[in-house]
Amino acid sequence: MAEFLQYLVTGVTIGSIYALAALGFAIVYNASHVINFAQGEFIMIGGMATATLTAAGVPLPLAILAGIAGAMLVGVLIAKFAVERARNASVVTLIIITIGASIFLRGLAEVVWGKEFHRLDSFSGNAPLMLGGAVVTTQSLWVLGVTAALILATGLFFNRTMAGKAMLATSHNRLAAQLVGVNVRHVVLAAFALSAALGAMGGAVVAPITYSYTEMGIMLGLKGFAAAALGGLGNGVGAVAGGLIVGIAESLSAGYISSAYKDAVAFVIIVAVLVFMPGGLFGRAGTERV
Amino acid sequence: MTHRLLGLGLLAVVLALLPLGLPNNFYLDMAILAGLNAIVCVGLNLLVGFAGQVSLGHAGFFGIGAYATAVLVSTHKWPALLALAAGALLSAVIAFAVARPILRLKGHYLAMATLGIGIIISIVLRTETRITGGPDGMIVDPLNVFGFEVYGERVWYWVVAGLLLVTVWLALNLIDSPVGRALRALHGSEVAAETLGVDTARFKAMVFVLSAVFASVAGSLFAHYAGLITPAKADFLKSVELVTMVVFGGMASTFGAVVGAAILTVLPQLLTVFQDYQHMMLGLILMLTMVFMPKGLLPTLAGLVQARTSLGGRR
Repeated sequence: MAEFLQYLVTGVTIGSIYALAALGFAIVYNASHVINFAQGEFIMIGGMATATLTAAGVPLPLAILAGIAGAMLVGVLIAKFAVERARNASVVTLIIITIGASIFLRGLAEVVWGKEFHRLDSFSGNAPLMLGGAVVTTQSLWVLGVTAALILATGLFFNRTMAGKAMLATSHNRLAAQLVGVNVRHVVLAAFALSAALGAMGGAVVAPITYSYTEMGIMLGLKGFAAAALGGLGNGVGAVAGGLIVGIAESLSAGYISSAYKDAVAFVIIVAVLVFMPGGLFGRAGTERV
Repeated sequence: MTHRLLGLGLLAVVLALLPLGLPNNFYLDMAILAGLNAIVCVGLNLLVGFAGQVSLGHAGFFGIGAYATAVLVSTHKWPALLALAAGALLSAVIAFAVARPILRLKGHYLAMATLGIGIIISIVLRTETRITGGPDGMIVDPLNVFGFEVYGERVWYWVVAGLLLVTVWLALNLIDSPVGRALRALHGSEVAAETLGVDTARFKAMVFVLSAVFASVAGSLFAHYAGLITPAKADFLKSVELVTMVVFGGMASTFGAVVGAAILTVLPQLLTVFQDYQHMMLGLILMLTMVFMPKGLLPTLAGLVQARTSLGGRR
């Protein structure tokens, strides 16, 4: 039982990061129908900036904010100069544009921060807590708390604020939103900025657990995409659920089956689910307009 | 018809004359790697360009071919051609098994599913260390066909060039056949194609299997040529590289796929002059090309030429 609880804690912790990435995918997908393959790079930017800036003596909160600001700037630039200009291109062309962006960002990160691993101390000491026989690091609590706060804030933003409602309206019907006065171009930029901020914050809190390096975003991003597809693309609640499901399944199978195949779990789940439910777990079946 | 032969003839002339312009084995090596990539891309273009079905997992099939050759020839001492055929068969069986359920998916869900399959294959290759040698990869014996050993860049060049011509010829014939018309029809609208009696599921599965076999054969040859195969040749980034070549050169253009493969094989080598900045440059070039030429290089250029002369056929 203690063992199971331990795997569960580990799974929920890493699942939180997948959930933040998946939420980022969902927000961008809603605003622009683009799957942003550079989403993982936002996580990397958050982790790297926080780790290197604190190492240079910058206070932690400031370093995190700088990482978030940097990621948001990059997100807006990608949206403005790449995605918006190519908005009528085919799905595969848009995929390659965002993959081009991710290759560029990894290259840039190599130049700025180097290829080595960067260490970041836990936010509040290394003494772990015991919870029903399972070891819980304080950093896990940080990850869970920050993720919960961010998800709550995102939910409030979309349901309570005018800007959030405008973004939701755009995702339902771009033309109709435009007709009632929503500036849909700003919506796309805001979506990229918001998803970049979520990713970078996730990267900062997970960095003490995973270390940060220029390629840390590749797998995190792909698993985030898997989680987003699992929940049904564009479904925010589904994305969060998908992230947690992927994280927990990964941790349990690493513990009970094989740790070597840990990274494959997310993809086995998503392929199996899509075969039976082509719109993900919580997505509606699509219809084709002829 | 004549248009098709003209293009094929032009490609043959270019391939025949190319070695004269290549000063040493370094360039010949690049031409061989470009040719092997082009074989994969011509097949992948049938799926992505003509049938309109995204795949972000084809490096998995490249990897299956390469590892089938590595394991069967180097460990079990099978004849090379038999191992190549076995790899192609295995790729075809896997592709056939997943094709129907997966190709029902559309757009990003299809991208996700193919990406997932590719990653699962590459993780299996990386993890089954006892068979595949794990992350370090495997040494592969040279290609030996009926006692004749394919050896040295010059011989390899002609082998790959010949096979590329055959691949292109097959693809061009397929595109101009009823199968090709069915694929283009379902690309336009699956519902419309079905009302005209096209069994869309069957045709999509067929072209998926075919493209997987092309990738597998190229993988087998690559394993022999390089003499070393690692799981990196089957991973997500390699899959991305392959699709990028297709889209960069021009979707639904067979020669575009060849040009895309050639340029994107050579480009990273040229960009090494930028040293630390090479990956930034590669990403930037990909983004700019796709933003300003969303149809890809060859169709955009062809469009410019056509606009200027305002006559001549399609493509």
